[in-house]
Amino acid sequence: MKVAFTAGGETLESPFDNRFGRAEKFIIYDTDSDTFEVLDNTQNLQAVQGAGVQSAQHIVDSGVKELVTGNLGPKAAQVIFAAGIAVYHANAETVAEALAMYKSKAIKPLKGATVEEHWV
Amino acid sequence: MKVVIASGKGGTGKTFFSVNLARALDRELLLLDCDVEEPNVALFTKGELIKEREATLLIPQVDLNICDGCRVCADVCEFNAIAVIGGEPLIFEDLCHGCGACALYCPQKAISEIPYRVGVVKHYKAGKISLIEGRLDVGKALAVPVIREVKRDAQAQRDTLTLLDSPPGTSCPVVWSLTGCDAAVLVAEGTPFGMHDLKLAVETVKEVGLPFGVVINRDGLGDERIADYCRSQGIPVLGRIPNDREIARLYAQGEIVVDHLEKYRTLFREIWENIENTLGERYGSAK
Repeated sequence: MKVAFTAGGETLESPFDNRFGRAEKFIIYDTDSDTFEVLDNTQNLQAVQGAGVQSAQHIVDSGVKELVTGNLGPKAAQVIFAAGIAVYHANAETVAEALAMYKSKAIKPLKGATVEEHWV
Repeated sequence: MKVVIASGKGGTGKTFFSVNLARALDRELLLLDCDVEEPNVALFTKGELIKEREATLLIPQVDLNICDGCRVCADVCEFNAIAVIGGEPLIFEDLCHGCGACALYCPQKAISEIPYRVGVVKHYKAGKISLIEGRLDVGKALAVPVIREVKRDAQAQRDTLTLLDSPPGTSCPVVWSLTGCDAAVLVAEGTPFGMHDLKLAVETVKEVGLPFGVVINRDGLGDERIADYCRSQGIPVLGRIPNDREIARLYAQGEIVVDHLEKYRTLFREIWENIENTLGERYGSAK
């Protein structure tokens, strides 16, 4: 199964990004093969508005079933949940750390947005 | 003639200048409060509320019986306001600017446009001043549609002398306020922040292509940097309003200063003559 992590770089050692909508990259990890690929999100990082909505669209289109991030705004949450994707909140320094938490089931799925709009 | 009163910095005295000029002229005129995020002209002019209507924006409504989930609407949306999940468009009305591109490009013609309230437009009559005020609803983000509705209502009196109180800054709401006017008056103050923002305002007004001049407010506060800058750039200084405690006292009580102090009535009339002579005749539109 594929799970997305919000990241500040292209490796597992990259910083884990607390922000969803304006994360620079998504690391798409495949739990069956223990491999990953990188999904660029720079276009939404630069968006004037609606970054959360379009980042969520991007994640939905990538075909992932689960998402691990820091915080999720209300509009992004609406899109993500409409697509039936499970979201996990992690408080981690690196993607590898967030991945370890995810694998050990130390983190719980979110039921809704964690922050208000335009949270920084 | 339509004259817009603008500034880069907030709090330099746009509303003070607009209201006092309107009253000092003592003639039938139209005053537009385009500072729709915090309209306050009516606090000073008072007057009677004549009518009130909703200001709306047209947002898309999708007929899911017709929509085939092709995503063209989301692709053409410049404002990231549409996501398509499981073949169904999700519309984020707070992000929509009402441009209509989604409805125009929808291959199935599944999108119609429906009004979405963003604020109100209020018409007041206060003596010889007809005031049209735009007021953005609390929690709404887009000022431009409300300003557009104010200007639409003003069309009915387009031959009347019009003074327009602009919002501060240099962003879309200001550009919308400036557009279609004949001249701009930039109200400035001689402080470092006032100078910095005046330069931004000058660039904006030049971009829109209006003849403009500067009124120095709270003259005596700060230094001569505004006048020096205007001289070096060839920008006319249309007048100076002194940093007078008596003005502050009256203004803080919600009073129109020219109603109480004759010397300022005279001063505002002089500044108006400068506006007409300096900015009006260039376009032959001074009346």
